[in-house]
Amino acid sequence: MPSEPTGPRAQTSSSEALIEIDHVTFGYDASRTILNDVSLRFARGKVTAILGGSGCGKTTLLRLIGGVHPANQGEVRFQGERVDTRDTAQLYRLRRRLGMLFQFGALFTDLSVFENVAFPLREHSDLEEEMIRDVVLMKLNAVGLRGAAALRISEISGGMARRVALARAIALDPELIMYDEPFAGLDPISMAVTANLIRTLNDATGATSLIVSHDVQECFSICDYAYLLSSQGRVVIHGTPAQLNASEDPAVRQFIRGEADGPVRFHYPAKSMADDFGVQA
Amino acid sequence: MTNPFAWIGSRTLEGLRALGHNAWFFVELLRATPAALRRPYLVTAQIHSIGNLSLVIILSSGLAVGFVLALQSYYALVTYGASESLGLLVNLSLVRELGPVVTALLFAGRAGTSLTAEIGLMKAGEQLAAMEMMAIDPKSRVLVPRFLGGIVAMPVLAVLFSSVGILGAYVVAVQLIGVDDGNFWSIMQSGVDVWRDVGNGIIKSMVFGVICTFVAVYQGYETQATPEGVAHATTRTVVISSLSVLAMDFVLTAMMFSTH
Amino acid sequence: MNKRGVEILVGMFVVLGLAGLLFLALKAANLGSFSASDSYVLLAKFDNIGGLKVRAPVRSAGVTVGRVTSITLDPKTYQGVVKLDVQQGVVFPTDSSARILTSGLLGDQYVGLEPGAEEKNLGAGDTIKQTQSAVVLESLISQFLFNKAADAGSSTPTPAAGGAKK
Repeated sequence: MPSEPTGPRAQTSSSEALIEIDHVTFGYDASRTILNDVSLRFARGKVTAILGGSGCGKTTLLRLIGGVHPANQGEVRFQGERVDTRDTAQLYRLRRRLGMLFQFGALFTDLSVFENVAFPLREHSDLEEEMIRDVVLMKLNAVGLRGAAALRISEISGGMARRVALARAIALDPELIMYDEPFAGLDPISMAVTANLIRTLNDATGATSLIVSHDVQECFSICDYAYLLSSQGRVVIHGTPAQLNASEDPAVRQFIRGEADGPVRFHYPAKSMADDFGVQA
Repeated sequence: MTNPFAWIGSRTLEGLRALGHNAWFFVELLRATPAALRRPYLVTAQIHSIGNLSLVIILSSGLAVGFVLALQSYYALVTYGASESLGLLVNLSLVRELGPVVTALLFAGRAGTSLTAEIGLMKAGEQLAAMEMMAIDPKSRVLVPRFLGGIVAMPVLAVLFSSVGILGAYVVAVQLIGVDDGNFWSIMQSGVDVWRDVGNGIIKSMVFGVICTFVAVYQGYETQATPEGVAHATTRTVVISSLSVLAMDFVLTAMMFSTH
Repeated sequence: MNKRGVEILVGMFVVLGLAGLLFLALKAANLGSFSASDSYVLLAKFDNIGGLKVRAPVRSAGVTVGRVTSITLDPKTYQGVVKLDVQQGVVFPTDSSARILTSGLLGDQYVGLEPGAEEKNLGAGDTIKQTQSAVVLESLISQFLFNKAADAGSSTPTPAAGGAKK
């Protein structure tokens, strides 16, 4: 199990990093450390993927960037500015520059589709109703759901819900868009639609996109750069999709190729067969 | 012999921690109140969903309690030849005790559980986290309006419960049993003091409103984001609200109605 | 449910609550019978106020004409000083008397005012000179026993079985 990244060097500093995770260690409580001295850089204007198995701290990373939890050690920097969770004013200022797509949409169930997308506009901008209506319909159009504006949340499917959530996340044209498992549980068509949307939105608006996922193929089809985290909460490797595909590291190969057994064992640690079944192995 | 002591000790510490957490949460709600008041429609909508939608159960329960109270009191009073005081007895029972307390218990069951479940499900569906990420404080947008809505709705519901109860008792006493109409009202009026009885009853219902709504909102916010978690939270809301209301009722009654 | 509709319903809810409150206050309680605004103050000193409480009624000929507003102890004379709020327009001569009575057999106590015969009337802040304290049950019982014992002593003595009379 390699303990430091063996892949090629990180991208050159010519493309400036919007987000920097600098030697961050974090655990929810003292008994379990989720992220172990990780350092990542997310380049501005690019789509970066964070890959890894369940429970390796990918979603936690998003929460640290959003300032939900303070890092135990190390710093999180948003465009050079240190994210301080105790400074509520700074936190809310930073959060207005980002949009987050939650795993199942996290739409407000008591509002309609239109109201959901209009929510951040109403809260954070002084636009008049007419303008808000235009912006909302444009955002819904970008995700292909302009005709669904009047529907209630209970009336739309899961894939549609995620697209509405995406429209809501980009309502204020954020500089950073974070996607938490955007492909989980989608049918192939919806997956392709979502992947396409992520890429075109990123290119059209010049935003920086972060995708947390364990769907390697979809991510590789749209991302410029990727980080792979291990279950110990460390960065195993980072690089372009081509570089990751070419890696010889067994842990990397097992994840990228989806092999059943490798450095991540199939069997949960147990007694020997002889002990459990009373037979000669 | 250290085991029981350790158990008691740890439970006490846990209880103190929970109490402290409750107090912290209450302060947080107060801190988020000014922001919530900048959007009065949020509070209004909550008064509607908590108050208006509880009217049916409160009014029908009040009527039923008034009927039964009149009947039972009559049977008790007629043996002492004091059946003319029926109105007075019903009024005092309702306005001082049954109105505030029964309304609070019904409120905890109907509105309290709905608040807890709603907030718990919002938490489970990451709606509160989404709001946080959008730089909107979920406390001032979701929790405080519900808290204020409950505090406003409860005294109104308690007053309506008592009023409907008295009217129900009137129907049973005067129309069915035959107590004298004039005496029913006049003896009642001479015996019920506005400030001492009605006023104290309203103060009680305000205190109960704060208790029930706070417990409901707190349980919803602190629920574990799973279906079982939400179910447990709603049960806890009803149990804790009811017990607190009854305990508080004893304290308030002793304070307000002691003969000094 | 659109915004306007909700607001109207909530308004109706609050109005309903106020109506209930008014009903309770006026029809079901004693607010409507006496307003404290036009009234004047009279004082009365009692040796024993018994069970009289603040906000007890002040009645004359059975009609409620005022309220007790405060009960204090005069530290010099050790009498109970009762302050009364009497309706403006109801006046009593200066030699009127105040008694503490019980309504019914076991009811609450109130102050009863009996008008005197003087030409001049009591003004605001005046003290009622003639007062009769509340009836205290213990004094009544001991009085009764004393009377009974006195009756037994003054009736024909029972024939003593021998022994010298003490």
